[in-house]
Amino acid sequence: MAGRLSASPPWWQNRRLVPWLVQAAVGLVLVVVIAFLLGNLVRNLSAAGLLLSWRWLGQPASFDIAESLLPFSASDPYWRGLLAGLVNTLRVVGLGFVGSTLLGTLVGSASFSSNGLVKRLARIYVEVIRNIPLLLQLVFWYFVVFLALPNGAAAIQLPGIVLAKSGLFLPGFEGGLHWTGPSLVDGVWQAPLRFTPEFGALLTGLVVYTAAFIAEVVRGGIAAVPKGQWEAATSLGLGPLLSLRRIIIPQALRVIVPGLNTQYISLAKNSSLAVACGYTDLYSVAETSLNQTGRAIEVIVILLAAYLAIDLVISLVMNGLNRLVQIKER
Amino acid sequence: MPRVTPTSLRKELFANPLDGLVSVLLITGLAAVGYRLLHWALTQAQWAVIQANSTLFAVGRYPIEQQWRLWLLVALLVAATGLSWGVLRGLPLRDRPITALWPRNDRIGAIVLVALGSWAPAALGLTLSIQVRWWGLTGLLLLMRWLAGRYGSRLGKAATRALPLVWPLLYLVGMVLIGGGLGLVPVGTNEWGGLLLTLVEASFAILLSAPLGVLLALGRRSSLPLLRWGSVLYIEFIRGAPLITLLFLGQNILGFLLPGGLAPDRIWRAAWILTFFSAAYLAEAVRSGLAAVPRGQLEAARSLGLSLPQALAQVVLPQALRIALPATVGQFISLLQDTTLLSLIGLLDLLGTARSVMANPLFLGKSAEVYLTLAVLFWCCCAALGLGSRALERRLNPPSLGR
Repeated sequence: MAGRLSASPPWWQNRRLVPWLVQAAVGLVLVVVIAFLLGNLVRNLSAAGLLLSWRWLGQPASFDIAESLLPFSASDPYWRGLLAGLVNTLRVVGLGFVGSTLLGTLVGSASFSSNGLVKRLARIYVEVIRNIPLLLQLVFWYFVVFLALPNGAAAIQLPGIVLAKSGLFLPGFEGGLHWTGPSLVDGVWQAPLRFTPEFGALLTGLVVYTAAFIAEVVRGGIAAVPKGQWEAATSLGLGPLLSLRRIIIPQALRVIVPGLNTQYISLAKNSSLAVACGYTDLYSVAETSLNQTGRAIEVIVILLAAYLAIDLVISLVMNGLNRLVQIKER
Repeated sequence: MPRVTPTSLRKELFANPLDGLVSVLLITGLAAVGYRLLHWALTQAQWAVIQANSTLFAVGRYPIEQQWRLWLLVALLVAATGLSWGVLRGLPLRDRPITALWPRNDRIGAIVLVALGSWAPAALGLTLSIQVRWWGLTGLLLLMRWLAGRYGSRLGKAATRALPLVWPLLYLVGMVLIGGGLGLVPVGTNEWGGLLLTLVEASFAILLSAPLGVLLALGRRSSLPLLRWGSVLYIEFIRGAPLITLLFLGQNILGFLLPGGLAPDRIWRAAWILTFFSAAYLAEAVRSGLAAVPRGQLEAARSLGLSLPQALAQVVLPQALRIALPATVGQFISLLQDTTLLSLIGLLDLLGTARSVMANPLFLGKSAEVYLTLAVLFWCCCAALGLGSRALERRLNPPSLGR
């Protein structure tokens, strides 16, 4: 008996050896698989004459981008086209953050309304939007709503704002300091600021979809503040607005900000569905470039790097914000 | 659900003047929108586009003389659904140890199903023989539900444990029925389409990403650096990239990565990408479940003499997966929704079929009808999955665990 206890356990029960053996086995399998895939890749690419090269980025793109903040024409090189696509993506993502945060906060706080109808409408909004695919919503906004708008004189006109099939027209400064609104010239609307229906549909779809998720984040954040905090604030003599601003919101934000980070990142990634409503974003330019040049690896590397960079920036900013709102213990 | 009475209505809608004003405005607005929508749906919308293409939406270009195989598969699926429903109902609830054979929610569900089963096929203008099949399927569902609910408890615990295995088994049977082989005429993947393709892709990805996700989650929490960093790298890479770029990668690069001829065709490439994509998100769901299981559980299991795999499989994972269930089903629901992205890489899933139908000059400008129908269909599928997950969650929580 004593002999069995003192004898060292068999090697497969050795607590230090086994983990290393497992790791070595996993590492070996990984190396073999990666080497196999890379070997195939190099062989297949050289057979197709497509070995890694970035020279095509400087060649003329020979396609046009319908709307671009960055001046771009067909004779400009590919890299400029991709950059214009990236700027377009950032434009819709930036406006999407603002819109979805506002709408989401509104819907999220509506579920605490004293009015039963408002409360239920907020629930219904969230349940309907979250259970329908985003892509379906985007094509719906584009083909059913924005492309069905009336054109010309029949367009929807509000003071200073015109919504027509050709886009959304807003007033602005033109030719120096002349404040000009939209005007109808030969049956075509013109204005200092114009958003195309493609951009409008994408932005609306992204905002409406993301707002449903942000509403849930906001609702969870407010619900996480104990009821006693409200009561304590009231008994200290604070009015509803002041107690919301000084007591409730600072505590709710601690729960809300990390959730917002996730939603902002998914909005940025979802903006790649722009191609469904004809908006030229980074993905759409990359797809066209691939079809023209056949440079699959390079295009995908650029795409993935760009989206990872966007995610990283969002995460960094939101983590900074998170540090601001967390409890400061001294 | 609280009972609606004049008093409760007054309290909810007209508690103070501001609430009253908001309520009046909202009710007026809702009534106007509802009236216009109904008016459009009943008098202006031309639903013929749905009727004329119902087969295309359901199965794509699947050969007509082989469609009996799909009907058989649907019957099997319906039977399994009824069985699961009945057995799930029979499991005791924490606050209600014995449940009635037909609780109120189930009665409502059954009535809705009967109404849908008898009205929808007729409203779609399907032929009488197909209508009869749908009636039969509804009857089969309720029959299996009744049988499982009435006699399921006599089969004992082993039957309840075996039930989840019915679904993967059914998947294998389904793939044989759909694709052919074993004596059946083969039907190529290029002839699958519509709802059939959507469901094949989603179920493939769900079944394979579940074990993959659990492995990745365990890897991420492993004490072995290689496993941990490998899992972290994989999960963060996949979660950082939009799905469409990954699908794009699958279509354009997978062919280069494998020796010629070994690469799967376009449909299976997309299915694998969906699987790898979903596994990374599932891993995060499972990881949160693992984090919620106290460390003492693993230590206690190890000191009882269980090996690490045994302790994980029999003590830690059952608890972690139960906690991760809502997040897991949430991921499955978004996976079902993500299959619509296949239409962007040129596959004819439900949305892709819809887009190809609208390209037909005959059905130009009917996008509102088609997209609304798809939206209702997706909404029903996703809402049903969510309901099922909530019912399962309430029954899996053991009495001591509480919430």
